[in-house]
Amino acid sequence: MSELRVTSLTKSFDGQPVLHGVDLSVERGTLLALLGPSGSGKTTLLRVLCGFERADAGTVEIDGVRVVGPGIHVPSEARRIGYVPQEGALFPHLSVADNIVFGLPRQQRRARYRVDELLALVGLPAAYGDRPPQALSGGQQQRVALARALAPSPSLVMLDEPFSSLDAALRIETREAVTNALAATGATAVLVTHDQAEALSLGNEVAVLWRGRLVQTDSPEAVYRRPVSRELASFVGDAVIVPGSIDSRNAKQVICEFGILPIARAVAASDVDVMIRPEQIRIVADHRLNGDGVQAVVEKVVFYGHDASVMLRSLTGARGVQIRVAGHSHPRVGERIALSVEGDVVAYPRE
Amino acid sequence: MSDVVKAVGVSALPEPRSRKRAPRGLLVAAGLCALLVLMPLAFTVYRAVTFGWDDAIELIFRPLVGELLINTLSITVSATLVSAVVGTAAAWFIERTRLPGRRLWAALTVAPLAMPAFITSYAWVSLSLDLQDFAGALLVISTAYFPLVYLPVAAALRGMDPALEESARSLGCGRVGVFVRVVLPQLRPALLGGMLLVALGVLSEFGAFTLLRFRTFTTQIYAEYRTSFDSSGASVFACILIAMCLFCLALEMRVRGGARYERVDRGVRRAALRYELGVWRWAVVGAFVVLAIVTLGVPIGMIGFWLTQSGAAAITPAEVSPELLLESTLSSIGYGCAAAVVTTLACVPLAFLLVRFPSRIATTFERIVFLAQGLPSLVVALAIVSLAVHALRPLYQSAELLVVAYAILFLPLALVTVRAAFTQAQPRLEETARSLGLSWRETVQRVLLPLAGPGLGAGATMVFISVVTELNSTLLLSPSGTRTLATQVWIDTSTLAFAAAAPYAALLVGISLAASIALFTLLGRSAVAGRAAVLKEGLQAGSPPDK
Repeated sequence: MSELRVTSLTKSFDGQPVLHGVDLSVERGTLLALLGPSGSGKTTLLRVLCGFERADAGTVEIDGVRVVGPGIHVPSEARRIGYVPQEGALFPHLSVADNIVFGLPRQQRRARYRVDELLALVGLPAAYGDRPPQALSGGQQQRVALARALAPSPSLVMLDEPFSSLDAALRIETREAVTNALAATGATAVLVTHDQAEALSLGNEVAVLWRGRLVQTDSPEAVYRRPVSRELASFVGDAVIVPGSIDSRNAKQVICEFGILPIARAVAASDVDVMIRPEQIRIVADHRLNGDGVQAVVEKVVFYGHDASVMLRSLTGARGVQIRVAGHSHPRVGERIALSVEGDVVAYPRE
Repeated sequence: MSDVVKAVGVSALPEPRSRKRAPRGLLVAAGLCALLVLMPLAFTVYRAVTFGWDDAIELIFRPLVGELLINTLSITVSATLVSAVVGTAAAWFIERTRLPGRRLWAALTVAPLAMPAFITSYAWVSLSLDLQDFAGALLVISTAYFPLVYLPVAAALRGMDPALEESARSLGCGRVGVFVRVVLPQLRPALLGGMLLVALGVLSEFGAFTLLRFRTFTTQIYAEYRTSFDSSGASVFACILIAMCLFCLALEMRVRGGARYERVDRGVRRAALRYELGVWRWAVVGAFVVLAIVTLGVPIGMIGFWLTQSGAAAITPAEVSPELLLESTLSSIGYGCAAAVVTTLACVPLAFLLVRFPSRIATTFERIVFLAQGLPSLVVALAIVSLAVHALRPLYQSAELLVVAYAILFLPLALVTVRAAFTQAQPRLEETARSLGLSWRETVQRVLLPLAGPGLGAGATMVFISVVTELNSTLLLSPSGTRTLATQVWIDTSTLAFAAAAPYAALLVGISLAASIALFTLLGRSAVAGRAAVLKEGLQAGSPPDK
C-alpha cells in the first residue's frame, strides 16, 4: 500500500509554472529520493506536500487521507508529516530535549516523553538533551531535527536537502545516522536532494524532477544505467556520448567508434547518440593485437589518488573521450592504448 | 538595523592574531574620551554624598517626593507597556502580513523618531489645554517613543528564519500556537531591549512633562536648579533618578536572562512568511491611518495651523521676529555641526582602539562611555553646570562647554557607528594596499577613508539630528542670549504663545526630518534604524555578553 500518492499536481508562481502535473507514489516503509537540479521545482513540490504552499490543481493523499484536492487544503499542522528542514531549523530558545518534544501534547512535553529513546535512535548520547542547540555541530543539529520530526510518530517524513550544508566527512556520518534511524522506525520518507550520489546511495527509489516534470521514477540502478534522456544521463553521472547507428541486422546492437555494442533498450530511430558511462570503458592489456579493441592515444591524465581521469583521443573517431581508471595503474601521456566497452550502452534518437 | 548590529557583532570577536600592543598615544586619547564621559556622573554622586545625610533624608521623605515617585513610576510603566503593545502590533502587521502599502506604513511608523516629544506635546497642548496631566502625558510620550519598540521588534521579525515557523506548523502547532510558542519567545530580547529604551527615555524626558504640567523627577530637578541655581538638592533627586535608570537596566538584564536566541544555523534564509489578512485588511489599514494621524498628523497639522494664525490668536499673543528666527536657526545648525564634528572626532581614537587593539582596558573604556547612555541628559547637563561653576568658571555659559556637553551626551551614539565603520575597513585590506606600494598616507586616503567614510558620516549626522532636537542641556548650558530653535519653541510654548512657537517648531521638525531622510537615502534602512540599534547596543555593552 502506498503511503503517499500524488496525482497531476500543478503549481505556478506569478503565472510562471513550476510543477506540471506531477504523479508520484511512495510505498510504505521506503525512502524515495527526489532528485533534481536547482530550479527544477523539487523544493516547491516538498512545500506543497507539507502544506506550506497551496497547489493549483491535483490531489495528494497521505496514508489514504486526501489532504490536497479540489476545495481541500488541509493545514500543515493537521497532516502528520515530519518535516526536516534544511540546516535543521532547531528552535534557538529551547534545549535539545525541548526541541524534540515540541510537537507532543503538553503532558508528554512535561515528561520529556521518549527523549532518550529518540536521541539514541539518531545516535546521540542522552546527555545532549539539556544542551542548547547552539552547542551542537551541524550534523548533530540535523539529527536532532530528525528526532524532533519523528517524535509525534508521523506517517511520512520529509527531508529537505538535509546534508547539503555539511562538510564531506560530517555528511557521510550524518547520512548514516539518519538512514539508520529512518530504517529502525520503518518510516516512509521523501528525501529532496540535488546531489546524485546522495540520491542513488540512499533512495530505495529515485524520482527525477526535471523542469517541473517527473521524468523518471525508478530504482537507483535503473536511473543510472538507463536514464530516459541524454540530459538526465549527464546530470546523474559522467557520460561519454558518441554518435552511432543501429545495426541493421540486429536491432539490439549499435555501431559506433567503440565497436558494435549491445543496447539496453530498443529505439525506433536508426541514427542515434550512444551513452556510455566512463567506468564501462576499460583499457585492454595489450594494444598490439586484438581486433575488437579500439586504439587511442592518451592526451592528459588528472590524478586524484583513488582514481584518475584519462583524456583520450581515439584514432578512428578523432574526438576526445574521458574515462576513469583506478589510481594505481593509470597510463602515461602519449601512450597508445586499446579500449573495450563492458556491459550495455544506451542509445537515444539523434535530434 | 541588522547591518549595524551585524557589523558590531563582528567586532565583538577580535581576531586572535591582532592582539598587538596599542600605541600609547591612542590609549591616552581613548582614555581621555572615557574620562570626559565619566566626569558628570562622578561629580553628581560626589555632590549628593557631600550633601549631608540628615539634610538628604529631610529632602527625600516629603509628600512631594512621594507624589513625584508615583507620577514618574506610573507614567514610565504605562508608557512602556503602551509602546510595547503598539510597537509590536505595528511591527507584526508590517513585517508579517500582506498589508497594503507596507513600505509607507513602515516609514510613517519610524518618522515620529525625528520629532522630539516636547514638539509633540506643544502640538497637543495647543490643541486643547485639557490634554494636560497623566492622560495627555501618556498619549504624548507613547506616540513619541513607541518607534523605539517597533524598530528592534520589526528587525527581529524580519530576521527570523521561516523554517522555524514551518517546522512548528508541521509538528502540529496552529497559527496562534506558532506565535505564542515560537515567535514571541524569540522576540523577547528585541522587545525587552525596546521597552528598556522607552523606559529610560521616559525617565529622562523633561520638556514634554513641563509643557504638559505633569510633575516628575526631571521637572523637579529643573525647578530646584531654577530656585537655587547650584543646588545640592537637585543632585539628590538626580541620584534617585539615576538609581531608577539603573534599576530598569538591571530588571531588563534579569528578565532577559541567560537564554540564547542567536540563530543556530548559518545558511541563507528565505524571506519571512507573510499571512493573508483577508477581510480584516482594511480594518488594519484603518488602524495604521489612525496611528499616523495621532503620531504625525496632529503634531504637523497643529504646527501648520499655528503658522497660519497671527500671533494674537494664541492665548498669549506674541509676534515672531524674522531676525530672531534666522538667528536661532543658524545657531541650531551651527551647534549641530560643531557637535557632530567634535563628537565624531572624539570617538575615533576609542573606536580605532576597540577594533584594532581589543583588550580589557579598551572594553573598560567602552563600557564607561556607554554608561552615559543610561544617564538622563538633564542630570548630565546639571552636573556640567555645577562643575563649570565650581572648577571651570571661565567656561561657564560658553559655547565651547555646550559643545563638550553635547559630545558627552552623544558619544555613545557616534561610537557604535564609527566602530562599525572601522570594522568594515579590515587590516588585511590596508596590508594589501601597502604591499601594492601605497604609502601610509595614501593608504589612509585611498583605502581607510573610502571604507570607513560613510560610517563616519552617518555617525556625525546622527549626532547632528540629536543636537538639533535636544532641549535639556541646551536650556541649561547655552550662553546667555543664545537662542536655538529648541529653546525658542520651549520659551514660547511655556508662555502659551502657540502661534509664535510655530515657525521655530516647523523649522526644527523640517531640519530633523531632512537630515533623517538624507541619512536614510545615503545609507538605507540600516542607518535610520541604526539610531535605535545604537542605543540598544550601547545598553547591552554594559551587560555581560550572552555566551
